[in-house]
Amino acid sequence: MTNTTDTQWPLWEVFIQANPGISHKHVGNVHAADAEMAIQNARDVYTRRSEGISIWVVPSNQISASSPEDMGSFFEPSNDKPYRHPTFYKIPEGVKHL
Amino acid sequence: MEDLKRLEEFQAKIDKGLKIEPKDWMPEKYRLQLIRMMSQHAHSEIVGMLPEGNWITRAPSLRRKAILLSKVQDEAGHGLYLYSAAETLGIDRKELLNQLHTGKAKYSSIFNYPTLTWADIGAIGWLVDGAAIMNQTMLARGSYGPYSRAMVKICKEESFHNRQGYEIMLSLCNGTPEQKEMAQDSLNRWWWPSISMLGPSDAESVNSDDLMKWKVKLESNDAIRQRFIDRTVPQADFLGLTIPDKDLKFNTETGHYEHGPINWDEFFNVIKGNGPCNKERLQTRVDADRNGQWVREAALAYAKKRKEQEVTA
Repeated sequence: MTNTTDTQWPLWEVFIQANPGISHKHVGNVHAADAEMAIQNARDVYTRRSEGISIWVVPSNQISASSPEDMGSFFEPSNDKPYRHPTFYKIPEGVKHL
Repeated sequence: MEDLKRLEEFQAKIDKGLKIEPKDWMPEKYRLQLIRMMSQHAHSEIVGMLPEGNWITRAPSLRRKAILLSKVQDEAGHGLYLYSAAETLGIDRKELLNQLHTGKAKYSSIFNYPTLTWADIGAIGWLVDGAAIMNQTMLARGSYGPYSRAMVKICKEESFHNRQGYEIMLSLCNGTPEQKEMAQDSLNRWWWPSISMLGPSDAESVNSDDLMKWKVKLESNDAIRQRFIDRTVPQADFLGLTIPDKDLKFNTETGHYEHGPINWDEFFNVIKGNGPCNKERLQTRVDADRNGQWVREAALAYAKKRKEQEVTA
């Protein structure tokens, strides 16, 4: 084989759950030939000091993301709906457990 | 002009202390500067494994051997965090490695010095990692999100490196006169390279202005060097070792140590490729890449075969 076929392996995004009961959090990425190797590499690179109890890996090219340019208009619909927050409502003093 | 408006927004964001993320608009020069810095940093971590790896088989005890192995493994991890962070700027890791192997990209000058004695492993952890921490805690506050986050993680791990190095020096200094002499000899050889590795004096540093404005760097090389010296001299005093700088003195008015002139000719000469180990270091990396090629290809072929089996099963 020639050098043109040499790659650094596909890229995987790594998510780690630090403790039971909390969500997995993105920590970075690794190169790996397949998912199994990606998990092993992620363990070696990102959990050398007991940083996690569970690892997810996802091929980087499978992640779709919102675009920073559209941030304003994209999230706009929630800005004019303050009634979604509990603080929108006035409750008379003396009424408890609300 | 669209770009001018974007540039203003970009600068405003940085001035507010917000992080720039991979998909955000950024000036091309910012992107290129970051690739240059981050890849240089990543290469330094990887090449930095070589001087220390030299002593793994000869560490004086099992405890020291296990520690050194962990430390060298950390350096590999640091290299990976940094390559990953650099890749978010749209450059492939293979390209970054090519730049290292062809000599286009640089790595820290310090790793072109040899580790002649066991004390050098102590001196590297104490001085080289000590100096690196000063630089990296500053970089952790930088404006590019992925770089800053990688730095936070690296800084936490460097603290172990720093302390294990000092502990080695302490053991030698509490040992036989020969061992203490070995520690002193090591300090003599590593002191100047350690303080010059923090980079040229501000007056001569070509990249500093833009990097400061964009908060890629937040402090000058000289400021970081001063902090490193101020913290390290008392540590040397405690060991009973002498810093090899006859001009070094404490200024009671400023509260800082003043040091003698740094040999910048040597620094630039080593960067250019003429240090004691440049050729050997680079050749080792090129060989490692070449010798690993069949492994990368085999792993891909295996992954492909397994995928095909899944489909037919």
